[in-house]
Amino acid sequence: MQYAPQLYSAALRMTRSASDAEDLVQETYLRAYRSFAGFEEGTNLRAWLFRIMTNQYINTYRAKQRRPTETDLGDVEDLYLYRRLGNLGTLSNSAEDTLMELFTDDEVKTALEELPEAFRIPVLLADVEGFSYKEIAEMTDVPIGTVMSRLHRGRKAMHKKLYDFAEQRGLIVAGDDETMKAPTNG
Amino acid sequence: MADCNETIRELEVFLDGELSEDSLHAIHSHLQGCPDCLQAFDFHAELRTVIAAKCRNDEMPAGLLSRIEQCFNEDFDGDGQIG
Repeated sequence: MQYAPQLYSAALRMTRSASDAEDLVQETYLRAYRSFAGFEEGTNLRAWLFRIMTNQYINTYRAKQRRPTETDLGDVEDLYLYRRLGNLGTLSNSAEDTLMELFTDDEVKTALEELPEAFRIPVLLADVEGFSYKEIAEMTDVPIGTVMSRLHRGRKAMHKKLYDFAEQRGLIVAGDDETMKAPTNG
Repeated sequence: MADCNETIRELEVFLDGELSEDSLHAIHSHLQGCPDCLQAFDFHAELRTVIAAKCRNDEMPAGLLSRIEQCFNEDFDGDGQIG
């Protein structure tokens, strides 16, 4: 059960509840065990487990969610976070180190978990778990083009949420940031 | 060779590792000569690393694994066999 810790973290992001996440992981392994005959050797065991779990979540837990499954994410401009934080990296500190310190674990988790399900699941599967468009399309049972557009919108909304967190904590003074010169032409 | 607009438009697909060979080549060529676009690509690659690291570090509750293993030792589907 080498993938159990990854499945548990992903289950938490999906269900947003520790007890539901435990149940979801447990059900995933039981289903996997029962249908192991259907697992083709040589295919990706990790992807297969995530597919079972995503299916199980969508079919079972979605009905329990109190929030609407689709809400308007609003229209966030492209490169929203980059235009505001892209200059944060300094010579002594990479952008990665800076971002790692800027946001707490809880803030990043919350920014993801607050996305409506239709966006949260693809962003989780792509940006956290690294699955391909094709794999995500199969796991969520939507066309690849839909996966791509949900990733695009979901990521922008998540990045804006991250910016809002940083601003709330006073780490960034609104309006005082030197807006990044975004590349515009050739 | 792609221009800045075309390059930025492909940023996500590039980072997702889903670009075709031809597009990949065009984006690489552009990034080699354009520090502005390169910085935007770097930022998003690093942001993604940070998001992934912070979203998959939850500690599993003690006992979850053994509870799952226990299920495998029982006849959970009622067919008279273990498992």
